[in-house]
Amino acid sequence: MKQEYDILVIGGGPGGALAAKTAALAGCSVCLIEKRPAIGVPVRCAEGVGEELLREFCEPDPKWISAKIDGARIVAPDGTTLDLKPEMAGNEVGFILDRKVFDRELVWQAAEAGADVFVKARAVDAIMQRGAVAGAKVEYGGVQRDVRAKVVIAADGVESKFARWCGIDTTVPMRELETCAQYVLSNIDIDPHKTVFYLGTEIAPEGYVWIFPKGERTANVGIGISGRKSGDGHRARDYLDAFVRDRFPGGKKTELIIGGVSVCKPLESTVADGLIIVGDAARVSDPITGGGIYNAMLTGKLAGQVAAECIAAGDTRKAALAKYDLLWRESRMGKAIARNHAVKEFFITLDDRKLNDLLSSVKNINLDEFSTLTLIKELIKRNPRLLLELRTLQKIIS
Amino acid sequence: MCAMLQIRREICGYCGACVSVCPEGALELIDAYLTVDDHCIGCGICARICPLGALEVTDETGI
Repeated sequence: MKQEYDILVIGGGPGGALAAKTAALAGCSVCLIEKRPAIGVPVRCAEGVGEELLREFCEPDPKWISAKIDGARIVAPDGTTLDLKPEMAGNEVGFILDRKVFDRELVWQAAEAGADVFVKARAVDAIMQRGAVAGAKVEYGGVQRDVRAKVVIAADGVESKFARWCGIDTTVPMRELETCAQYVLSNIDIDPHKTVFYLGTEIAPEGYVWIFPKGERTANVGIGISGRKSGDGHRARDYLDAFVRDRFPGGKKTELIIGGVSVCKPLESTVADGLIIVGDAARVSDPITGGGIYNAMLTGKLAGQVAAECIAAGDTRKAALAKYDLLWRESRMGKAIARNHAVKEFFITLDDRKLNDLLSSVKNINLDEFSTLTLIKELIKRNPRLLLELRTLQKIIS
Repeated sequence: MCAMLQIRREICGYCGACVSVCPEGALELIDAYLTVDDHCIGCGICARICPLGALEVTDETGI
């Protein structure tokens, strides 16, 4: 590990890997550090990603795809099902990834592009110089050292600390933290090419249960609930155990995965002097679905790009790095996050009865595009009875 | 009275969800274990949202 790089990337998930790869390809000297001893593990993810979105970055590779998804089913609180059919959905549906392999592949690509990579290397504090971020104190192999950088890219995930050390408040409000638990469940009867989502206050208050296939008879079966609905005896894992007991009594749990997903608004600013924040650390996961793989990759790539440009131009102050903040907010993803946050705030006000009404109104939906936005537009169109409430929603998405 | 945060390591799955909601920045996930420092005010938000129930705020009255 050198004492100085152009760019120091903290965290070896998809956000950090894309940032490191992009910056290295642009000619910067890059160091990526990962606090864990291996890239990609432990998994903290339901592993779903849209196919077209993923293709913006790379060709899908069978070695990190667990399942190809061609349809989805939403189950209302009263059991009514809504099928989003493959023939309607075109080919823009998605994959369930094998994150252990996928993340490692992305970091290998960053290394191939020229970035230095260190595992079990942990940032313990920021180095500040005249109010600007100038690197990090890094603990590696039992030794603490200063690693200086013109730009630090904080890609340290939901448990992010680096931005906080730089004086930025990254606290996720309790009610906007989805507390999650998931089993990799084997020996279960599933449709191996369809994702299933269960809604309802009894099943998953202010959240949902998901079944994401990983193979013919194996799936990620998980749940996220709002932090404010969690407590002793009714935690994410309690709800998950109840669901699994009920639906998959013969399921074999081969992995327990837990984690938190923020569904709040992104950080007010994702840049500071010498600092760019990406992915979950920037709180850019989708407020409705909780999905964050693509969002991390896109912010990571933009961060690497803008950091390299700013370094070349000799100005890494906040005003220069702000181009990154602007780019992602004005992207399709940035707009989707803003809209989906407002939509989510509306949806959590609906009780089970209203959810049943809504979902039963659109039995077999004909979607031009497979997305939450088109689904919601369809719901509005078919529910004149709920017009008053939906009018708010209409304003948000129009 | 002083509130103390107890971490039950045998239950903790070191996922880091608690770190994200801590208003004081008192928690940190270091590879495979969680630490709490003296900035903890015992607010209990982390204990509430923990997916597994690994955290508990206890009152140490000292009497």
